[in-house]
Amino acid sequence: MTKMQARELKLVLPLAALFAIFFIAPLLVLVAISFASDAELHGPTVAHYVRFFSDSFNYSILWATIALGVKSTLLCLLFGYPIAWIASRANARWQTVLVFLVILPIMTSVVVRTFSWIVILGRQGVLNQIFMGLGLTNEPLRLLFSELGVVTVLAQVQMPLMVLPILTVMSKIDPNLADASRVLGAGEWRTLWRVTLPLSLPGVIAGCILTYSACVTAFVTQTLIGGARLVYMPLHIYQQAIGANNWPFAAAISVIFMLAVLAVVALLNMLTRITPADAKS
Amino acid sequence: MPNPSSTLDWEGLSLRLTFAALTAVAIVFLIAPSLIVILTSLTASQSLKFPPEGLSLRWYVALLHADQMQQAAWTSVIVAFWTTLICAVLGTAAALAISRSGGAWARFFDLLFMSSLLLPALAFGFAALVFIYQLGLRPSIPFLIVGHVIVCVPFVLRTTIAALTQLDHALLDASLSLGAGPARTFRRVILPLIGRGIGAGCFLAFMASFDNVPVSLFLADERTEMLPIHLWQQIETNLDVRTAAASGLIVVFTLVLMLLAERFAGLTGRLR
Repeated sequence: MTKMQARELKLVLPLAALFAIFFIAPLLVLVAISFASDAELHGPTVAHYVRFFSDSFNYSILWATIALGVKSTLLCLLFGYPIAWIASRANARWQTVLVFLVILPIMTSVVVRTFSWIVILGRQGVLNQIFMGLGLTNEPLRLLFSELGVVTVLAQVQMPLMVLPILTVMSKIDPNLADASRVLGAGEWRTLWRVTLPLSLPGVIAGCILTYSACVTAFVTQTLIGGARLVYMPLHIYQQAIGANNWPFAAAISVIFMLAVLAVVALLNMLTRITPADAKS
Repeated sequence: MPNPSSTLDWEGLSLRLTFAALTAVAIVFLIAPSLIVILTSLTASQSLKFPPEGLSLRWYVALLHADQMQQAAWTSVIVAFWTTLICAVLGTAAALAISRSGGAWARFFDLLFMSSLLLPALAFGFAALVFIYQLGLRPSIPFLIVGHVIVCVPFVLRTTIAALTQLDHALLDASLSLGAGPARTFRRVILPLIGRGIGAGCFLAFMASFDNVPVSLFLADERTEMLPIHLWQQIETNLDVRTAAASGLIVVFTLVLMLLAERFAGLTGRLR
């Protein structure tokens, strides 16, 4: 382990101190209070964790949140990979335009973009008008306050988190490899499947990690598009903390939620370590 | 031997067409909401129907009298300003240390500072609230700004570290050997070379702070209203066209700031 020089230590210390006091300490207090019987930190107990896992309602919220993250991430990948593929082959100007368009939604205020989706997905919304105009349906579809709506909006908003890491890795792939594959007789699809995709896998995994963790924690979008009926973990924490004023239980849910997010991130991270060897063989 | 028949071309074309089609659909989905919110806000009627019934700027004029909304917007700008300033100073210093030293400690600090971006911000906001109460204190604007710094500093850190890795170390050695001290070298050599990287990070941090809901929800005191939370309540209670006008303004401001960030800090180039 190399030691940090005194000068570097001095530079990193202010931010490190800020994180120690206002990031690590609060998280430790959160863990502590999740094992307390009341908000004054009395008596260690695991009652809140037992309560969470003995009630199928809590269970279903956790699974719904993880499922939401997985579905949105897959949808992001379905559209994000082709965008990155095309951007990596475009010239510099078009690449800039594509990246600019992809980051536009995430830069716009979350409340604003959610609001515009309400205008699009509502009963009288743009999509329902189009569907009814085309005669695809006779009565308005329920798009708002549905899981499909939340997944669609999350995929739109978090798209840059998928596209940018893939694009970064793809731009570094030697174009000669794809050429070699084609010269040796592999078709475009086979080249994509056997050469480009394996080589861009680190970008795909990084993109999936970022997209997944952003989707499961997207409180505003989940709540406004999902409505009161669809409860996901962030809203569950908020309701228990502010609505029910049950801090220890809210803290226990927060800890479980953070562990669930970290578990998936760690799982995907392990894939990164396994795949390079796989790609070589 | 491979047989270069016409089926090969068809195959290449089918891949290109599939990917082009998926990209085209995605682009429409990416842009349409912003366009629709602007068009809806230009309606002359009372309802949020699309396409709008008649065009007018009446709802933008109505914003001039929306005192509560203006106050919330001003508070959000002030908080975002201080957040960005603190992020710029502390983030640049930490980025210099991390990129210079390398090794296990640098990786540890890098991971620590980036982790606030991966962890659920709502859980962090709640943790900060519990922590502040445990200290016997109450939520306030300074705490709110510190909370924003924790979740926004990763942006400055990332773009600045990226800019520093492209820095030519021969320039630093030249400056130091020619008699300029470390402070002067930083001001005259390093800062001009990484300034655009810091600028791009500051833009991202400002937008993230201005837009933040999960941390503000817990750390703003009762008297303080932030713009995103105010707009959120408007959307949930009385969905009126003034909200669309405010949204339209925010979309236009965001677009202008993004173009400026692209022009002066090469924003898109720093994100990939």
